Amino acid sequence: MFSVELLVNALIAGVLLGGFYAAVSLGLTVSFGQLNIVNIAHPAFIILGSYIAYMCNSLWGLDPILTGIIFIPVFFLIGAGAYRLYYESFERKDDEALRGLAFFFGVMFIIEVALIMVYGVDFRTVQASYIGQSWKAGGIGVPTRMFVPFCVAIAMFTAVYLYMSRTFNGRAIKAVAQDRLALQLMGADPVKIKQLGFGISIGTAALAGALLIIIIPVEPSVGRLYIGQVFAIAVLAGLGSIPGTLVAGLILGIAESLVSTFFGPSWAPAVAFGILLAALAFRPQGLFGR
Amino acid sequence: MTADALLDVRAVTKRFGGFTALDQVDMEVRAGERFGLIGPNGSGKTTMINCISGTLANEGGEIVFKGVKLDGKKPHQRTRLGIARSFQIPKPFRSLTVLENLGIALEFATGTSRSEVQERGMAILETIGLAERARANAGSLTQIDMRKLELARAMATQPELLISDEAMAGLSSTEVDDILDILFKLNEGGITIIMIEHIMRAVMRFSTRIVVLDAGRKIAEGNPDEIVNDPEVERAYLGE
Amino acid sequence: MKWPALKLSPFWLCAAAIAVLGIAVTIFDLFNINTFIFFAGYVVLQYVVLATAWNIMGGYMGYVNFGTAGFFAVGAYASVVLYNLFQAPLALMIPFAGVVCALLGLAMGYLTLRLRGVFFAIATLAMAIVLETLIINWEFVGGATGAYILRSREQAPFGDYIEFLFFVMLLLAIFAVSVARWLELSRTGRGFIAIRDDEIAAECAGVPTLRLKLIATTVSGFLMGVAGAPFALYVSFIEPSSAFNLIYAVNAIAMPMIGGATTWLGPVIGALLLGTVQQVATVTISSELNLLIVGIVLVFFVIVAPEGIVGLLKKWLGGRRDDR
Ligand SMILES: Nc1ncnc2c1ncn2[C@@H]1O[C@H](COP(=O)(O)OP(=O)(O)OP(=O)(O)O)[C@@H](O)[C@H]1O
Ligand SMILES: [Mg+2]
Repeated sequence: MFSVELLVNALIAGVLLGGFYAAVSLGLTVSFGQLNIVNIAHPAFIILGSYIAYMCNSLWGLDPILTGIIFIPVFFLIGAGAYRLYYESFERKDDEALRGLAFFFGVMFIIEVALIMVYGVDFRTVQASYIGQSWKAGGIGVPTRMFVPFCVAIAMFTAVYLYMSRTFNGRAIKAVAQDRLALQLMGADPVKIKQLGFGISIGTAALAGALLIIIIPVEPSVGRLYIGQVFAIAVLAGLGSIPGTLVAGLILGIAESLVSTFFGPSWAPAVAFGILLAALAFRPQGLFGR
Repeated sequence: MTADALLDVRAVTKRFGGFTALDQVDMEVRAGERFGLIGPNGSGKTTMINCISGTLANEGGEIVFKGVKLDGKKPHQRTRLGIARSFQIPKPFRSLTVLENLGIALEFATGTSRSEVQERGMAILETIGLAERARANAGSLTQIDMRKLELARAMATQPELLISDEAMAGLSSTEVDDILDILFKLNEGGITIIMIEHIMRAVMRFSTRIVVLDAGRKIAEGNPDEIVNDPEVERAYLGE
Repeated sequence: MKWPALKLSPFWLCAAAIAVLGIAVTIFDLFNINTFIFFAGYVVLQYVVLATAWNIMGGYMGYVNFGTAGFFAVGAYASVVLYNLFQAPLALMIPFAGVVCALLGLAMGYLTLRLRGVFFAIATLAMAIVLETLIINWEFVGGATGAYILRSREQAPFGDYIEFLFFVMLLLAIFAVSVARWLELSRTGRGFIAIRDDEIAAECAGVPTLRLKLIATTVSGFLMGVAGAPFALYVSFIEPSSAFNLIYAVNAIAMPMIGGATTWLGPVIGALLLGTVQQVATVTISSELNLLIVGIVLVFFVIVAPEGIVGLLKKWLGGRRDDR
């Protein structure tokens, strides 16, 4: 079974997958890690993004990546609105722990069931020129279906990283959960800042969803599987650390790719959750944690 | 360490990431003493209390209470040993009544039976002046009453050492005097008290001995007169 | 002094209601009306157990468990293991499933409860999927394809076997609610509430929070396992996707939230109400729409009526009492 070629292929696939995972988890690193909002519906928003890409692609032949970019502002607004509701209903009353979590759980469930009602439980795919090709050198292949999303993911990652570290609002988002008071002294409204942050977090889901459906076929309930991946990465990264998210994403991508190559794909879902449980048990502050 | 030290804090260090909140602080509180802990905002007073009560773990040094090393002991074990604290930012059990709040401490810290909770709890509420709010929801109290509840709940654990973290902030001067009276009375009853306070009038009147913290270090120690006249302390409070 | 009496009465009311239900069902039985009643009633009662179990962690202590389906399924598969080994009787399956899930709860709690509360929630989600993956890859219990369990057609003196299972689940429901109520009225239960309101303050008031949390996960796990134990016999064919169905996790959260999470009565009301509606709805309208309704009702309740139906009732009764 084992061969060097297989290993190299698995590693390449793992790196490509990992970059994509990092981009998928980016939103959660912002919302959960920096804003302290435990949005377990995040993967559901990603799947929603996938289905929007699918819809535009199948109806009008629109490129999924383009669709993803077009829908970032729409998702941003949805996120900002959702945060307002969350703030008024739970955060302001100090009630996030129980009801806030239940709220997002309900939202996740609603998105999933609504998608099932409209599109059914069949797997859906998109068409684009870069899907289905691959560059080959000897027995080693790089599928463009993986490579293109990887590049877009890295680009999105860099953009968010620069925004968070270079702009006033970006730095305010990083600070808001830790030092509300200092923020107020600087003249920023913490609620507005969190709204902005959560908007960005959900905004990334539009593009991440489009990337997801390029990489693999999607059906409504796969979102739940990604809960493991995104939370594993966010926790392993050290909550709120954007560079950590990239490293953790790569680790998980490689680990999953190796496991599914050498043990079989049915074991792959357990990898993320295994890493998550191990991280929670042994290193809850994560790799890059404070 | 003197023979009658109730609490002995030896070279305690606490870091938050790269930031040192407490740097090798020594502090000794004798049984029956009225002890003042002061310092400018952010000097590490609450952090010290957190280390003593066990809600934070100190990285260096050790804390000894009644000859027992506290390292690795959980906060509830320290409470049962006789250390009680109030919280600077009140932490009431919001869905319980004021009396039920004391009930938690009475039942868990002292093993008071359910049938006695009412009587013992009401007695404490009488002392602190919260008796008429006994059946009110703790979440609905005013800030001032919440501070009183903090003290009352700490008293309900029947401590030997009571640490009051700014119980008087925001109170009117008659209310400050009321609380001072209560603390004096508790002290006469044999309870050792550590008072953290920004209201100098109160600390100076209350304390027999004072330790001053600044930026995580102990900069002065002595009786109120000595502290008032200490140039180092003046510099810490007024800046260079 | 009239409070104890008031607190007791709903419990006896419920006990009476269950007794009446039992009698009514027996009459149905005598006239041989319809086994569907038992079939549907079983599911509703199973939700009473699951919602009550969830509420011990979630409602009393404020620790959200998203992995109810995982515990339930482990309970169900524990029975399958016993069945495959030596065709164990149900009377053995139930305690075995309970103990396995209690240990699972204890282990989960031990791994995560020293951390921030939300990590427990995330870990339970993770656990459910790890367990599902394990079961899918475990051939002994049927793997991904599932396993058949042969049950006898009849069980004296109940007639149809489903009727027998219904009564078993009825007993389990009464047991679960009694355990929850007993906890709620005990010192331990008051400690749970202190933890929910403020964990650090609870520790400092002398509450051994870690121990109480472990008690809660263990008891809650036990009850969830017990609810899953007869599942394989009930469906007679068990597969991972049905045993690990997300609907168990959703309902276990939605039912207490809708009924009111702070008392034992809340999950019972929520489960009876939502469970019955779902049973009726799956027959009359599409099952997807039915699920959508659960989600919307859940979100609606957590936003608009945070104390649930019990809270609304209390407010209403309290308001009336003030008027007098
Ligand atoms: N959990 C924490 N994480 C990081 N930094 C902390 C934490 N708790 C306290 N600090 C920091 O440690 C320093 C000391 O804080 P502490 O609360 O002990 O001060 P204090 O003397 O009680 O001040 P005040 O008089 O305002 O109550 C402060 O700079 C504070 O920002
Ligand atoms: Mg302080």
